[in-house]
Amino acid sequence: MAMMPSGSGGRIELPENVVVSRLDALANWCRKNSLWPMPFATACCGIELMATGASKHDLARFGAEVFRFSPRQCDLMIVAGRVVMKMLPVLQRIWQQMHEPKWCISMGACASTGGVFDTYAVVQGIDRFIPVDMYVPGCPPRPEQLIQAIIDLQDKIQREGTITGREFDTAGRQLRKRALVELVGPATIDASRNPVLQRELTAAAEAITSRS
Amino acid sequence: MPFTPPPVDDVLAGLADRFGTLDVSVYRGQTRVVVPADMSFDALAWLKERGFDLLVDVTCVDYLEYQDAKHRYGLVYLLASTATNQRLTVRVFVDDPDPTVKSAVPLWAGANWLEREVWDLFGIRFTGHPDLRRLVMPEEFTAHPLRKDYPLQGRGERHNFPVITRDHS
Repeated sequence: MAMMPSGSGGRIELPENVVVSRLDALANWCRKNSLWPMPFATACCGIELMATGASKHDLARFGAEVFRFSPRQCDLMIVAGRVVMKMLPVLQRIWQQMHEPKWCISMGACASTGGVFDTYAVVQGIDRFIPVDMYVPGCPPRPEQLIQAIIDLQDKIQREGTITGREFDTAGRQLRKRALVELVGPATIDASRNPVLQRELTAAAEAITSRS
Repeated sequence: MPFTPPPVDDVLAGLADRFGTLDVSVYRGQTRVVVPADMSFDALAWLKERGFDLLVDVTCVDYLEYQDAKHRYGLVYLLASTATNQRLTVRVFVDDPDPTVKSAVPLWAGANWLEREVWDLFGIRFTGHPDLRRLVMPEEFTAHPLRKDYPLQGRGERHNFPVITRDHS
């Protein structure tokens, strides 16, 4: 290395082509400029999402143009459109399949609140069931609004991120997510009307008792 | 020019000969005939024999609190003849507590998913259906949401999911 201790006070003089930074800041800088979106596009917001990625608005300017259809390769889920109750388990599974660090943008009125679809089949805001980092208003939002959300998310990543994922408590979570029962504690969900969930809860409880 | 299907008077006369006097009405060029539920399958089979080879749709109407309605559910079979272009709407009325009709799948294989949809959304049971599962709603769903006494915003089914937080995923 070209670091040379100079005489007095223990000061270090650096050559002009060396920049000193924190490792966290470096990791954040890399992450925020290479977001790989998972396009969970279910409605008209998906069309605007495609327009955002297309040549006119060109999401590549922000390093986020690599839409991947495998959750294993993504770190930014963009939920664009209404999510019905038959789709929500799929959404949750995809979110859980994505690797840390990961973020979520709720794009448009429907994903954020259910929008005008206040009916039995439509989930009234995905943030009831998965964590959301950014909300984009609009019906559907213009591509500029989605770009603004991605810029804001980049600021958030730069501000809060750490290279070890301390802000997500990744290690602690790995310990806690061993069993489905821990995932869906009886306090958080009423399974009385949901036979499928009852079966899964019973199976998970049996797995735990046989393990211990 | 709107499409005007050929008349079906001969078919209606044959139906009346075979099944007795039936309630027939015409609305905007569409002929509807009401068939009692216990002879609906025989009437549909007879109509298919007479050339109505295409089952266009099977759907249902809930007449709860409908003015002057005598029955709760009105099933609708839309039939067409690909040879003569004749059209006929067959209506079958059923009631609670156990609205049931005989399945039309033995006549038209295309009735399979149509009847599953009616079962899913209205709770009309089709006896003899080979696979009467829900078509559009999730399998764990217990209600029939297009019934008029089902609240628009549901009974909490849309909130009945595990909550995944940052701590869980």
